[in-house]
Amino acid sequence: MAEIRSLSTFELQVRRFAKNRLAMLSVAVLGVIVALCFAGPMAFPFTGEDADFDFINAPVNFASPHLFGTDDFGRDLLVRVMEGGRVSLTIGFLGAVTAGMIGVLYGAVAGYAGGLTDRLMMRAVEVLYGFPYVFLVILLNLLFGGGNGSLFTAIVFTLWLTPAVIVRAQAQALAKREFVEAARAGGMTPWAIVAGHIVPNCASVIIVYGSLLVPEVILSESFLSFLGIGIREPQASWGNLIQSGTSAMDTDLRLLLLPGSLLALVLFCLNFIADGLRDAFDPNER
Amino acid sequence: MLRFVGRRLWEGVLTLAALVTLTFFVMRLAPGGPFSPNRKISPEVLENIKASFHLDEPVWKQFGRYVWGLLHLDFGPSLKFRDYSVGDLLAAGLPYSLTIGLWAVVVATLVGIALGLAGALRRNGTTDYVAGTVGVVGVAVPIFVIGPLMQVVFALKLGWLPVGGSNQGWRSLVMPVLVLSLPNVAYISRLTRGSMIEVLRENYVRTARAKGIGPRRTLMGHALKGALLPVVAFLGPATAAIITGSILIETIFAVPGIGRHFVDAALSRDYPLVMGVTLLYGGFLIFFNILTDLVRGWLDPRVRANG
Repeated sequence: MAEIRSLSTFELQVRRFAKNRLAMLSVAVLGVIVALCFAGPMAFPFTGEDADFDFINAPVNFASPHLFGTDDFGRDLLVRVMEGGRVSLTIGFLGAVTAGMIGVLYGAVAGYAGGLTDRLMMRAVEVLYGFPYVFLVILLNLLFGGGNGSLFTAIVFTLWLTPAVIVRAQAQALAKREFVEAARAGGMTPWAIVAGHIVPNCASVIIVYGSLLVPEVILSESFLSFLGIGIREPQASWGNLIQSGTSAMDTDLRLLLLPGSLLALVLFCLNFIADGLRDAFDPNER
Repeated sequence: MLRFVGRRLWEGVLTLAALVTLTFFVMRLAPGGPFSPNRKISPEVLENIKASFHLDEPVWKQFGRYVWGLLHLDFGPSLKFRDYSVGDLLAAGLPYSLTIGLWAVVVATLVGIALGLAGALRRNGTTDYVAGTVGVVGVAVPIFVIGPLMQVVFALKLGWLPVGGSNQGWRSLVMPVLVLSLPNVAYISRLTRGSMIEVLRENYVRTARAKGIGPRRTLMGHALKGALLPVVAFLGPATAAIITGSILIETIFAVPGIGRHFVDAALSRDYPLVMGVTLLYGGFLIFFNILTDLVRGWLDPRVRANG
């Protein structure tokens, strides 16, 4: 007799996501870009910071060693774009995970604790929400002395608020449920309840909103690098590559188009994936 | 209602106070200073310059001095632009920033709502697809990619509009306003479409239809008001997005507004100018958030009850 295995909610949600063609295509494209950015530079004998004085401002030429040409220092454009992608993507994913974790814990604690603790914690969030957040990112980035680490910290510091608010609402509802009360009656400590019952039950909300954080972090990073405050030359990032592309745009569009279209493509993919995740994991939406 | 406004105003003042404090101390703690130049200055001269701006005093005393000045509407002198006060600089840049920002809000709201409504009323029609595409592009392609591309196409290749600057009247406004409103057009049209589709299923809309008052009045009189609630709620945060965007826009299109000042001032540690711009934008943000809440309360009695 054939065994009928029932699917867990999570498996159902994953299946629903897998049926979404646009989202799956985005996953594939994103996968290719990630692989390209991380493995691609190894295929070339030079790095993005090596200047080749025989090829300065070389145009696109697939027969030469520099496939997409070079910039005004003779640095290979394709390699620089791939290396920049590595930086942008790493900061994007790590930043989203870190900001998400801080927000989820904060929100879960506030929502479960309730009362005065909740009021104080959420008042702090509200005050921070009233801040013009770009200004905060720029200032914090300066405070930590510039560079990758400080950029990362500044972005995380400003982006954990939304997940905190969302998880807190969810945690508030969960805290009144019978199984949480049972856990409390059974003698679980509040911390164990938050970690073992509240957070896991927010999983689908966390996945949906967490996926929206990734493009937000990438955008913040490239925005700051574009303004010359984030990642600085000679290290490449999509933001500062686009910036140097704009200063040469009246003569040579290539320098703007390659990093610009790659950044846009990644953001497209991440948004489609986030949409797909929302449709699959959040039955209340739509 | 009055209590609601009062509470929001009080919270706004609290936020602003926190913003001033945080910005002031973050700025002072950041490495570097306004007078650590490439040029060698003798230590005595440096001491004198610092003393004339009270930068030799302990930080808490400087903070007290700054707050005292603020209470008298004095933003202090700019450290980089000699002979200008921060107040002068803000007053000179504000008209440019405000014009672009306000037009962008107007364009984004009108176009966004129109696209969203068209999409919701004729689902899967041509307009719906156009609106959907605009939505996706507006959300995914960053301002600082679209902006330069538009400059290449409309200014350098076609020569229809100036590349940037502010000396050609409305013609120099077109591109900055369009680019700045695009992400918000995207969000607003998505929001409108979603909530309109939901509202059209509500009982009160069905009742209105059953009464036989005609599709136009059902739509304009009953459905639209409900459907716009989430859009109005978004306008507060949208102001924040417009402020963010305006820094980029002013950089890309060389607009002499105050957003551009901020980046330069932060990099050159022009403390009073950074404080002034932050405070001004923070004030705008808080003001628009309160305004949004008021309009929401006026549209939706439920918000009023909870407020």
